[in-house]
Amino acid sequence: MPSYVIQEKCDGCKGQDKTACMYICPNDLMLLDRDKMKAYNRDVAMCWECYCCVKICPQQAIDVRGYADFVPMGASAVPLRSSDSIMWTVKFRNGSVKRFKFPIRTTEEGAAVPAGGYTADQDDLNSPVLFTEPESIGLDELPTLKK
Amino acid sequence: MPVNFETVEVKTDILLLGGGMACCGAAVEAAYWAEKQGLKVTLVDKAAMDRSGAVAMGLSAINQYLGLAKGENTVEDYVHYVKNDLMGIARDDLVYNIARHVDSSVHLFEKWGLPIWTNDEGNYVRGGRWQIMLNGESYKVIVAEAAKNALGTDNIYERVYIVEPIMDGDRIAGAIGFSTREEKIYVFKAKTVLAGMGGCVGVFKPRSTGEGLGRSWYPPFSSGSSAYFTMAAGAEMTCQEVRFIPVRFKDAYGPVGAWFLLFKSKATNADGGEYMVERRPELENWGEYGKVKPIPANLRNYLGMLDVEEGLGPIYMQTADAIANLAADYKDDKKAFKKKMKALESEAWEDFLDMTVSQAILWAACNIAPEEKASEIAAAEPYFIGSHSGGSGAWVSGPEDCAPDEYKWGYENMTTVKGLFAAGDASGASSHKFSSGSHAEGRIAGKAMVKYCVENTEEPNIDAAKVEALKEKVLKPMKVFEENKDFTTDPDVNPEYIVPKQYMFRLQKIMDEYAGGCSAAFKTSKALLEKGYEYLTMLKEDSEKLAARDLHELMRCWENIHRTLQAEAHIQTVLFREETRFPGYYFRTDTPKIDEENWLTFVNCKFNPENGEWDVFKKDIVRLLD
Repeated sequence: MPSYVIQEKCDGCKGQDKTACMYICPNDLMLLDRDKMKAYNRDVAMCWECYCCVKICPQQAIDVRGYADFVPMGASAVPLRSSDSIMWTVKFRNGSVKRFKFPIRTTEEGAAVPAGGYTADQDDLNSPVLFTEPESIGLDELPTLKK
Repeated sequence: MPVNFETVEVKTDILLLGGGMACCGAAVEAAYWAEKQGLKVTLVDKAAMDRSGAVAMGLSAINQYLGLAKGENTVEDYVHYVKNDLMGIARDDLVYNIARHVDSSVHLFEKWGLPIWTNDEGNYVRGGRWQIMLNGESYKVIVAEAAKNALGTDNIYERVYIVEPIMDGDRIAGAIGFSTREEKIYVFKAKTVLAGMGGCVGVFKPRSTGEGLGRSWYPPFSSGSSAYFTMAAGAEMTCQEVRFIPVRFKDAYGPVGAWFLLFKSKATNADGGEYMVERRPELENWGEYGKVKPIPANLRNYLGMLDVEEGLGPIYMQTADAIANLAADYKDDKKAFKKKMKALESEAWEDFLDMTVSQAILWAACNIAPEEKASEIAAAEPYFIGSHSGGSGAWVSGPEDCAPDEYKWGYENMTTVKGLFAAGDASGASSHKFSSGSHAEGRIAGKAMVKYCVENTEEPNIDAAKVEALKEKVLKPMKVFEENKDFTTDPDVNPEYIVPKQYMFRLQKIMDEYAGGCSAAFKTSKALLEKGYEYLTMLKEDSEKLAARDLHELMRCWENIHRTLQAEAHIQTVLFREETRFPGYYFRTDTPKIDEENWLTFVNCKFNPENGEWDVFKKDIVRLLD
């Protein structure tokens, strides 16, 4: 069942309009059972195992169990994502464990300014030069094909 | 009839459909130019922009970065590479245009916060000639953030699924769709529209058909909306026969690029034979493309497929040998060796964890330590993805300063429909743009759309009666369900309707068996295609009986109708091209050879939305470089 919700940990995002997992799933799979106040994956065979729901869950209530039709049982990959890095714990079928930590961004969340700090003063709609260019290419001018 | 649906009308100037790399690029660029002109830009995404599109999970590499500033490559080099990889079937002008802008997008990503690997000299670490390596878990989050900051959240509609174009005669006038969360129909009215809704997955039967159905290489939520939207608007399409089949780690489809390029790993059959070496003479059968370096992706696929056909599998990526070879340089320094091994191990696992976590799970579940044991690779199923190594998409106008006259009829990246633009997977014959090039192409389109609005100020007219008819069409699967649901005790089985999942399986079976899917070993012929088309025609008729019991299923119904038109375009064009040009993508057994004299040409097509007829024809290739 690719992504699954751990009963004990899920709090249905405390009854808000939508849960974090519903908000983020790119394939519209996560759903809140309002009677139980627990989320679930409504169509596991359409799950890409992208881990977006796992990473966003404030309760760490979502995990992934490898596709039952080809993955031997007993392994897992569990992420812990912070604002600047992600730590993965990979558990093998034979019980061994590997842990990896990777950076995920170099700036503060929310700080991405469209022009990225490059000079954005282009004014000619007819030119092929885009608004941060040529500076953002690192050249003095945009290359063109010599005919 | 679900009568409670409210209609929300949104009027804008520039409408961006999709929230992936192309539309995020279009958003930042269009916002800048639109502000100067007092124009409004609106974006519609079927999911949440932070994690929508093909980069939703993350990526471990950027596959297109030229390094123009440091003179690493020239734009011309890239044009040559793409032309050869696509067996001559590529638009030099479009590839050139994207390649000259792509570094600009990559540099922006870095400024926005994307961690790109750098070496001691401060240069990006190359995974291959065109590839740079990332810590790319949040790649899409970062790119979406800039786009959202450029547009402002008031101008972004998430969880709205676009179904159909709205036309005003021969010009685009907007789009209609519905909310997947509330009972609302959305009618967007715009002067210009960008199709940027990704490629198409799920047309062919995947190798895994149980739970693993969702483990497609490209995401299952890229379901042909771009192709349908542009075709239904009457746009000319190109390269609909140029599908892509990736060779990846078997079953979980983890990336192999880093293993081949960064770790210099070899692929072998079960006996250790290297098909890339042993089958080299076969390359001579594929014209000049068999002689180029690197060997085109589809020919590399083909050599491996020949081994599989002869029963020489499994095919392995020899990971252990590769790691041992890399470590050999440290044989006299145990400490350095250990350090190097640790770094390599981390890089190998990050490659999966950044973009295909399933592969990490599969390795862990099979107790695979890549330094000890080889791993299986296999050809996946066919995909429609104009941004990668396939070529399918809309036929778009080329850049003003570079395109030959034949390829120029208006604004950059505008389709043959007035006001309708396409970028990313939606535009064709400009392969190998990947994530970064799609963003750059979105920017090109975004600027051109503002120019279009400035020069074409007249508001489109939308016929109210037509919109009413479209609303009914959009909601029809819900009506079909409501009217018939009480006839049986099981909502999944009813003689009056078909549920979207079974419809999808039927489509996938037809395409797999008749149009050269994986269980047909990627082989097809005129006879098979014609028979398949017969079944596809009946499927299309039955699409009128698709039933949806809720909004989620309504989206699934429409995704499958979208896929069906992509399937039809594919069969039409594979039939038309009477040769085999891409043997590792599909093989026409009745025309098994490449025919440069007659078929070194684009195959374009046009769907007539009024009568459902197809016009398929050749279009000349104009080379801009030798």
